[in-house]
Amino acid sequence: MDVNDILKPENRVYKKPTLLNDNHMHYCPGCSHGVVHKLIAEILEEMHAEEIAIGIAPVGCAVFAYNYIDVDWIEAPHGRAPALATAAKRLQPDKLVFTYQGDGDMAAIGTAESLHAANRGENIAMIFINNAIYGMTGGQMAPTTLLGMKTSTTPYGRRVDLNGYPLAITNLMAQLDGTCYVTRQSVHTPAAVRKAKAAIRKAFENSLQGKGTSVVEIVSTCNSGWKMTPEQANKWMEENMFAKYPIGDLKNE
Amino acid sequence: MAKIRGAVTVNTDRCKGCNLCVVACPTKVLLLQPKEVNNRGYHFAYMAEPEKCIGCASCALVCPDACIEVYKVKIEE
Repeated sequence: MDVNDILKPENRVYKKPTLLNDNHMHYCPGCSHGVVHKLIAEILEEMHAEEIAIGIAPVGCAVFAYNYIDVDWIEAPHGRAPALATAAKRLQPDKLVFTYQGDGDMAAIGTAESLHAANRGENIAMIFINNAIYGMTGGQMAPTTLLGMKTSTTPYGRRVDLNGYPLAITNLMAQLDGTCYVTRQSVHTPAAVRKAKAAIRKAFENSLQGKGTSVVEIVSTCNSGWKMTPEQANKWMEENMFAKYPIGDLKNE
Repeated sequence: MAKIRGAVTVNTDRCKGCNLCVVACPTKVLLLQPKEVNNRGYHFAYMAEPEKCIGCASCALVCPDACIEVYKVKIEE
């Protein structure tokens, strides 16, 4: 059978979600952001939530998320996405409100907003991309950077006496009474992508059902910041990141 | 037993040549173009051995730029 006989619309099993528009994504080749964007677009399409979804875009690499996923977005000042999401959800309780934040946004400048939104049990979904580095500004150390990891501001590796310990903010959130679903996923293999998709879908459904705050951490790669090829970065993440940030559900109520 | 054949198309303008699909493919169908580049200068992915494709969509799942479409047929023998 010839390839052209297979390439027919009736045989198609996977295509680009229609909510993901044709704008060329500015992310580096191999960046995990693209996969998560694709998953969000797929899930919103499957849930028929195009008209009721409100995304809160962060500051960080994903600042232009509103250019790529064709739903309503609000751009938040740095770290303030959960505060805006709180307002959006309280004013329009029937909407699906989610934030999309990086580790600088959630674990550094926006720690207060994120923890307090989770502690208040706001009915929002938070998607947290943890790549252990500040990607957009040039690979500086983030609170989530691993000990010994080289970044442009810790060229000899992160040291406890100078820089403190890596912050697993998702573990903190799991201890709060306001959260209903806290999980940590990754998107480096096809199986992991499927699991991450299920996790994000559950978080979105929790937001609609008003069960409390859902946090989905995606342990990601930043191959440009880590100075690796995308496949090396995936391997490095498996070997190093998963020891500090193990994959799995932290809380599921 | 019915045989499954698959095929993929790559949106070559969107592809950034990150090589993740090549790594994810269980039957080693895909490769990056060794010389040819797209309008942004990336070596895009292509089906080097189309007859091996089983349409599992692993490549499409890990593709960060959603440039892969997957097709699958079941051939009765």
